Amino acid sequence: MRKIYHRIIQISGNVITVEAENVANGELAEVKSDRGTSLAQVIRLDKSRVFLQVFAGSRGISTDSEVRFLGRPMRVSGSEALLGRIFTGNGSPRDKGPSLEENMLDIGGPSVNPANRIIPRNMIRTGLPMIDIFNTLVESQKLPIFSVAGEPYNELLARIAMQAEVDMIVLGGMGLKHDDYLYFKETLDSHGALSRTVMFIHTAADPIVECLLVPDLALAVAEYFATEKSKRVLVLLTDMTNFCDALKEIAITMEQIPSNRGYPGDLYSQLAARYEKAVDFETAGSITILAVTTMPGDDVTHPVPDNTGYITEGQFYLVNGRIEPFGSLSRLKQQVNSETRADHRALMDNMIRLYAEFKEAVEKQSMGFRMSDWDQKLLKYGALFEKRMMDLSVNIPLEEALDLGWKTLAECFEPAETGIKTDLVKQFWPKDKA
Amino acid sequence: MSENSLGGKVTGVNGNMVSVAFTDRVTQNEVAYVITGNKERLKSEVIRVRGREADIQVFESTGGVKVGDDVEFTGQMLSVELGPGLLQQVYDGLQNPLPELARQAGYFLKRGLYVYPLDREKAWDYTPVAKVGDTLRAGDTVGTVPEGIFTHRIMLPFAWNGEWKITWAKDAGSYPITTVVAKASNGVEEREITMVQTWPVKIPITSYRERLMPREPLVTQVRIIDTFFPVAKGGAFCTPGPFGAGKTVLQHSLSQHSEVDIVIVAACGERAGEVVEILREFPHLEDPRTGRNLIDRTIIICNTSSMPVAAREASIYTSVTLAEYYRQMGLSVLLLADSTSRWAQALREVSGRLEEIPGEEAFPAYLESLVASFYERAGLVRLNDGGQGSVTICGAVSPAGGNFEEPVTQATLKVVGSFLALSRDRANARRYPAIHPLESWSKYNSLVDKNKVQEAKAMLQAGNEVDQMMKVVGEEGTPTADFVTYLKSEFIDSVYLQQNTFDKVDSTCGAKRQEYVFDKLLSVLRKSFNFPGKNEARTYFQRLRQRFLDWNYAAWESEAFQEAEAKIDEMLASQA
Ligand SMILES: Nc1ncnc2c1ncn2[C@@H]1O[C@H](COP(=O)(O)OP(=O)(O)O)[C@@H](O)[C@H]1O
Ligand SMILES: [Mg+2]
Repeated sequence: MRKIYHRIIQISGNVITVEAENVANGELAEVKSDRGTSLAQVIRLDKSRVFLQVFAGSRGISTDSEVRFLGRPMRVSGSEALLGRIFTGNGSPRDKGPSLEENMLDIGGPSVNPANRIIPRNMIRTGLPMIDIFNTLVESQKLPIFSVAGEPYNELLARIAMQAEVDMIVLGGMGLKHDDYLYFKETLDSHGALSRTVMFIHTAADPIVECLLVPDLALAVAEYFATEKSKRVLVLLTDMTNFCDALKEIAITMEQIPSNRGYPGDLYSQLAARYEKAVDFETAGSITILAVTTMPGDDVTHPVPDNTGYITEGQFYLVNGRIEPFGSLSRLKQQVNSETRADHRALMDNMIRLYAEFKEAVEKQSMGFRMSDWDQKLLKYGALFEKRMMDLSVNIPLEEALDLGWKTLAECFEPAETGIKTDLVKQFWPKDKA
Repeated sequence: MSENSLGGKVTGVNGNMVSVAFTDRVTQNEVAYVITGNKERLKSEVIRVRGREADIQVFESTGGVKVGDDVEFTGQMLSVELGPGLLQQVYDGLQNPLPELARQAGYFLKRGLYVYPLDREKAWDYTPVAKVGDTLRAGDTVGTVPEGIFTHRIMLPFAWNGEWKITWAKDAGSYPITTVVAKASNGVEEREITMVQTWPVKIPITSYRERLMPREPLVTQVRIIDTFFPVAKGGAFCTPGPFGAGKTVLQHSLSQHSEVDIVIVAACGERAGEVVEILREFPHLEDPRTGRNLIDRTIIICNTSSMPVAAREASIYTSVTLAEYYRQMGLSVLLLADSTSRWAQALREVSGRLEEIPGEEAFPAYLESLVASFYERAGLVRLNDGGQGSVTICGAVSPAGGNFEEPVTQATLKVVGSFLALSRDRANARRYPAIHPLESWSKYNSLVDKNKVQEAKAMLQAGNEVDQMMKVVGEEGTPTADFVTYLKSEFIDSVYLQQNTFDKVDSTCGAKRQEYVFDKLLSVLRKSFNFPGKNEARTYFQRLRQRFLDWNYAAWESEAFQEAEAKIDEMLASQA
């Protein structure tokens, strides 16, 4: 039986300090107060003083509350029994099922040795031209949806998840609205996917610190299934901005010097430790991470989206219910789009380049300038592009989307106006137009 | 605890920072080991001493460390091993070979597992150079071994001061690196020389006669760089840009196509996946200059974003030390660091944990001097034997929010000779490489005649002015002559500044081709056209662009190249 401590010498924010001995950094403790029992984690040691972040928050904790150290870090069960189950942000059952004790694994483990990684090779088809042609999603990619409140980002996340050919899904919810939680559950259910899904759900009503554990729990489970069971795992994390805000809160409580708008200097490393868990193993499964990052104030230079963009392998920029061509990016597309079809890359680059020119024409138009012949062509093109390529209701296979791209170009331009090299034009320009 | 080593006890843990009460003495920047309850030995570095307490940064996660755990001090500063066998290696920031770690530990990195950087078993064909009785100084050649296509010099250790007389020399033969190949005396003591020496990474190697002015262009085969914003062998340059602007793609292109002897890729705190591309592809990519594989001239230092942050800080120094080592052999070395901002952030994390008074954006106040002393390790030098060697440094910079006013970009700008500004707008418009032609600058010499380049730059400038003007008065209010200026500047952009990194042919444009193509481009810029109206002008330039692009996609001096050129000439002639 481990020793119980009763002398809490400081309570500040959601961090308490207790005098104790023989405590390990990162170790878990149980803190018992009149409000109930909460897990807490050691985040700093200073001689005999132990700093604990309390997941349920410090409200109701008194100086003589009970602290019992568990002698182990946070763990999660690695077992098939997880499938179909729903847990809270601290890993306890949210459904009616039993808690799992089998094969307990440390969460937040070390990173994959880069020498064991392979070059990603499998395209994930989504049926959305803005993704499949222009920002191709690839197995083992880590990619967030950048968006703002009110946009259908969770719907987009769910849609891609349902369309993707993966073996299983791990959903990590952070500050999730209860309605959104139910939406995910219903969507998974209606696609018969619940039984191959594991959920860790922290809702907006739960204590904020608790959402800190969600990515690590979800990713530890994903790693288990990818390495031990060779599963292709899709991890959905929504909303990572809530995770960052919880980090910020702890950092401020610990009186760390903030680097940018109150966020700690290690925000980048913290996010990278999670996102870099995305991986494709040569002789085992894979982990793909799709996340949501809401941008406070719709500002992509805000520290959360900014640091995220530097870490992830691109982002889908969801604005007005559409994936914007500018700002959206898949950094892995070139790993797969040379093998799809010979015209894929050229079409991808040049259609966007022309769309950029269309945007300029629109600007000129809005300033009241006369539209030249060229501008007229661009205006026609832009409207067709938005309707055929950007609308989220479009759901067609890549090949069909590419054909539609050529059709659109041919309806608007002469071949030389597109900047596509001649041999591709010869091969792909619609015959009735050429 | 082993003999001679001094000890201490952990008194506090704060992230990767551990406080230690020590018993005897400690040295700033010496290596220490924290011994955990599970007997893991966690490598660390002393970074501050106050009273009887030292603060050490641990190069590993500190989970499980307890107050009272033992700490061992080694008395050695953080060092790397230098010797044959560095090429082709993939190291972490502390010079552990990652493939070997993978063999021993599996999929994941394992804390506390360290491996010799250089193979102890492998034998090298050693040829003595210095003879008994010869007097040598640090950096002078003792013998050589072939390492791939290079003659790897075994040198008198850089740390040895003064003159040393060779007292014994081993015969030619095949030996492993730890073999004593010579003995030397400075009159006071005799020491042994093996094929491997160690050097503390944070101190530059200075065993050379003098530093020289970098003048010779380093050919990158990227048109916009070599022609417009060139780089010199022994120079320093930076590529700042917001995420997604193309910093990494550009560095990968430089790592493949730059005309240098050795490339050191320092993947510092960015995505592991990006290194994997190099790691997996270089063994199969041919280096057209040597006929060997690219990996034969490459060393990869890989301390990516999820690897320990203190080792990330060290990785930059490890990389530049290896670069200096090969420079000492009379080779030209290119160090590509992606990204120096992650290194600066590692410094910031450390500084924050030390509770130092922060500078701007919480970076340490001494950031600027650290950045400067890093880039100062680039240089062209005259070696003791009269030959020349160079280290060229290219640092990617990842400014927060893409704003170049931030401390790391600003500190870097002060010390580099060439600034390649990557722009979000150009990347959005898919104008790759997204180096901004009006914001970038270089102090180095171009491949192309300076006056000609100036002419093209002036055209870009003039075109931009017309473009700005058109935003006010519209196309209809712009005279056709001005409009043609605008079209010409756009023409430079699309057929010369832009280059397709992912095309087999267009991705590389050698020095000769650049000079040749540039002259053709210039002939277009100098030509006066007589278009009836703007629509005709636009159509003409679109067609000419098409022909020029086809030309760019044709292999140098191939038949297709000549045909494409003929088509351009024909079109230019028709507009006489
Ligand atoms: N020269 C280029 N040609 C074509 N695409 C490019 C080029 N440079 C960048 N890109 C595209 O932009 C993406 C991001 O580039 P990257 O170099 O990773 O950006 P950064 O390192 O600046 O964040 C790449 O994955 C690629 O899709
Ligand atoms: Mg990059």
